[in-house]
Amino acid sequence: MSTNGKGTNGNGHKEILETSVSAESDGDSVARSVAPPPAKLTKADFVSGQEVRWCPGCGDYSILNNVQKVMPELGIPREKIVFVSGIGCSSRFPYYMNTYGFHSIHGRAPAIATGVKAANPELSVWVITGDGDALSIGGNHFMHAIRRNLDINVILFNNRIYGLTKGQYSPTSEMGKKTKSTPMGVIDYPLNPLSVAIASEATFVASSLDVDVKHLGATVQAAAKHKGVSFVEVYQNCNIFNDGAFEYFAERNVRSDNMIYLEHGKPMIFGKNHDKGIRMNGAHPEVVQLGSETGLNENDLLVHDIHLKDPSVAFMLARMEYPAFPQPVGIFRAVERDTYEDMMTDQIETAINKLGPGSLEKLINSGDMWTVE
Amino acid sequence: MSTVIENPVEQGKHLEELETVTIRFAGDSGDGMQLTGTQFTNTSAVVGNDISTLPDFPAEIRAPAGSLPGVSGFQLNFSSQDIKTPGDQPNVLVAMNPAALKVNLADLEDGGTIIINTDSFTKENLKYAAYETNPLEDGTLAGFRVHKLPITTLNMNALKGNVELSRKEIDRCKNFFALGVLYWLYDRPMEQTINWIHEKFAKNREVMNGNEIALKTGYNFADTTEVFTTHYTVKKAQIAPGKYRKITGNEATAIGFIAASQLAGRPLFYGSYPITPASDILHELARHKNFGVKTFQAEDEIAAVSAAIGASFTGHIGLTGTSGPGVALKQEAIGLAVMTELPLVIINVQRGGPSTGLPTKTEQADLFQAVWGRNGECPAIVIAPATPADCFNMAVEAVRLAFKYMTPVFYLSDGYLANGAEPWAVPEIDELPKIEIKFATNPENFMPYARDEETLARPYAIPGTPGLEHRIGGIEKQHLTGNVNYDPENHHFMVKLRQEKVDRAANDIPTVEVFGEKTGKVLVLGWGSTYGSIASAVEKLQREGKSVSSAHLRHLNPFPKNLGEVLRGFETVIVPEMNLGQLCTMIRARYLVDAVAFSKVKGRPFQIREIVRKVEEYL
Ligand SMILES: Cc1ncc(C[n+]2csc(CCOP(=O)(O)OP(=O)(O)O)c2C)c(N)n1
Ligand code: SF4
Ligand SMILES: [Mg+2]
Repeated sequence: MSTNGKGTNGNGHKEILETSVSAESDGDSVARSVAPPPAKLTKADFVSGQEVRWCPGCGDYSILNNVQKVMPELGIPREKIVFVSGIGCSSRFPYYMNTYGFHSIHGRAPAIATGVKAANPELSVWVITGDGDALSIGGNHFMHAIRRNLDINVILFNNRIYGLTKGQYSPTSEMGKKTKSTPMGVIDYPLNPLSVAIASEATFVASSLDVDVKHLGATVQAAAKHKGVSFVEVYQNCNIFNDGAFEYFAERNVRSDNMIYLEHGKPMIFGKNHDKGIRMNGAHPEVVQLGSETGLNENDLLVHDIHLKDPSVAFMLARMEYPAFPQPVGIFRAVERDTYEDMMTDQIETAINKLGPGSLEKLINSGDMWTVE
Repeated sequence: MSTVIENPVEQGKHLEELETVTIRFAGDSGDGMQLTGTQFTNTSAVVGNDISTLPDFPAEIRAPAGSLPGVSGFQLNFSSQDIKTPGDQPNVLVAMNPAALKVNLADLEDGGTIIINTDSFTKENLKYAAYETNPLEDGTLAGFRVHKLPITTLNMNALKGNVELSRKEIDRCKNFFALGVLYWLYDRPMEQTINWIHEKFAKNREVMNGNEIALKTGYNFADTTEVFTTHYTVKKAQIAPGKYRKITGNEATAIGFIAASQLAGRPLFYGSYPITPASDILHELARHKNFGVKTFQAEDEIAAVSAAIGASFTGHIGLTGTSGPGVALKQEAIGLAVMTELPLVIINVQRGGPSTGLPTKTEQADLFQAVWGRNGECPAIVIAPATPADCFNMAVEAVRLAFKYMTPVFYLSDGYLANGAEPWAVPEIDELPKIEIKFATNPENFMPYARDEETLARPYAIPGTPGLEHRIGGIEKQHLTGNVNYDPENHHFMVKLRQEKVDRAANDIPTVEVFGEKTGKVLVLGWGSTYGSIASAVEKLQREGKSVSSAHLRHLNPFPKNLGEVLRGFETVIVPEMNLGQLCTMIRARYLVDAVAFSKVKGRPFQIREIVRKVEEYL
């Protein structure tokens, strides 16, 4: 850093204050892009060149990598993409994407994204948030942005901990968990982000794993394609403050028994030998063994349907937790509903049709008027 | 009286001319006093009087009927002269019930006129109003000119059998009966109000007829009854020729921001969460969607400002509006807009604080909050309209400055401006300032935190612009590149740069005008809604030959460039404010002048005579 207090910046800009600092003084590269985008973009086009500053081994890297990989598949030009985030390790995400980006304040990303999308419905708008960002300080905005059904994509990096502030418990931390701020264990009951999203009338709800590259990519893509709000919870490992938080179902060798991939139109089968399933017993789901011993087969199982208008089944699935159930991962719900921005645009058009395009002349010359001669 | 006389005949009553009259209409919240006052005001404006109003309503929507907290008032000053305030003291009090009399009597001038609905002075109502004995009989009203009218009965007799309305519905028309009486008493035409009744109740003929009959019967009753021997007229005011419109501050604010959007050629986005006394701005803007206005009723004030910031980032005119408690919630996000250097306008219609305070009353105690109320060195431009009609001009000014300097601008209105009304000389469109919003489009050497040499504004590059993809955020920015940067020298530089940018707006705003001599004994300095009282008080003292001048600030951060020089021209600077001396503290700190704070924090505007008396202490 040149700190002579008099440097010029060498970019043709005049000195602005008596002390000036030079633009090249820091290692960071310039946040700009020069050439117009080529017809088919590649992953590299979405890499911003800012030095990524997560801890080595953090699950956030994998998510970033996957999102950058999926972006070219969406066929949206870079300039039409906006990433908005709150505060947290996860919320640094937009800096690393070579798109428009807004790293805002703690918990408020859904509200900022609402303004972005409402102002320009043509943009592809992404919200990146953490479990603390979305569900503690930003709980209110999270819920309301979802219920409004703006066509935005919300990705929640759930590491069940406050990473950036170095390891306090979060609203998704388990009961009893010992953290810096809970030396004797957490005594607040956790929230389940998926059930909060469903209860908030989300039209697309999914979960995925940071380590499951294929599934994550496909889920992000499905979220992007959904018209209306898409909510994706990604189980993300914080190897510094909550290492192995999801191992009990996400670890490769237990996945098939402790986790179930939700697939639309398919019976809910899981297990190494594809011999376990979920069926309905009255109003409740239960795990059953398939095969000759029980006499049960695929036809007895619940068939996953993401398009059910009634959110009850999605909610029920979202409540399934290991060890009573395998942890469900995948798309829980995908239904159609008018979006907020479309309805807003419609109202404006209706008003114009009815009243004519706004005339300032008429507007100021209305109400209780009189003329003084 | 059960028939309606279509053409009242003059019965030789005495008609006297008055220059200025101040009437206060007071009744229960359910008595329709705001409406009655508004009708009287509109008619007075249209007949050519100068007008100024002060509505005063309770915080509760419907406090118990007849109770003291349930009293709603509307004060109107109308004149054949140029007036700037709703009047210090009413000359006339219309009291629809005992509680209204109790609450308002102390304000009435000595020897003032009282018109009373005697029907409401029942034992029960007297008890609600905490009257131990009946004030109509116990001498309480000695020294006033009292007209006792059984308005409820007169109204009932007039309407019964003539309209298909229940007793209760008929009773609800009685405010129009009272209005009719006052129209006769002050020689006003009924036409304006009759047209209004026809329009408003077009879908309900019986209510329409009821109100019309009540109005006309009240008028004719006053004309024929022995109660009144004299009535009064107030001539047209000598106002500059032109088109006028009666307008409240909140209306002018809403229209002003729509105008700014039209002048800038960019859509307006208004994020807001309902709060008194700012909600009417949201209501008004929501009615004008054909101007492309997008109104967003958010889940709270934080979401409201955040969405406005998102809209600004995207190239809309991001506007958010609230009152003091809401600003407290918005401050962190406003800091984000300062850091990301995005244009944003924050309307604060100030009300009594702290906390919930006096939600329906006026105050000016959020100046510090606007200028200094955020974490870090976080400068924002602060401006304040001076009168209800001035709200229009300052709305346009707020948008102009926000976009020219790429910075948040506070627009400080207050409850008094918001609900008060005055005539507005409707401008010609081409007289309005142009607002230029320049978007960056050239990817060559684009740097999101480069600077305009004159204003220090950074380029405005909105999503959708190819090649200008960049990231902004609340973390300190590296000069020029806008990259995240923690370098101590860079931070020091950027803090000064953001301050300098706001300071430079001083080059771009009008100097402050002195009304009167440029030097002298006393300067009365004001800001915001105190304008009318200060100007009237100073004019009065000047007519008496006193060495007093006044100056009014509409730009509070930065201050106009000549302010220091103006202040130094006077032996004493008095700063009347509806707070404990906030502007006074600011100018003392900035210019080292020994200014005197004159505080009134009662939820009510200054009276002219209060300021006169204060100034006289220093002459
Ligand atoms: C208003 C405000 N309060 C507190 C903080 C401190 N803070 C920053 S990030 C954070 C928690 C982040 O947790 P999470 O959202 O789970 O993100 P992670 O770091 O785990 O990705 C907190 C409390 C802040 N930046 N702003
Ligand atoms: S603290 Fe945890 S979440 Fe944050 S970067 Fe490090 S590993 Fe990732
Ligand atoms: Mg977290």
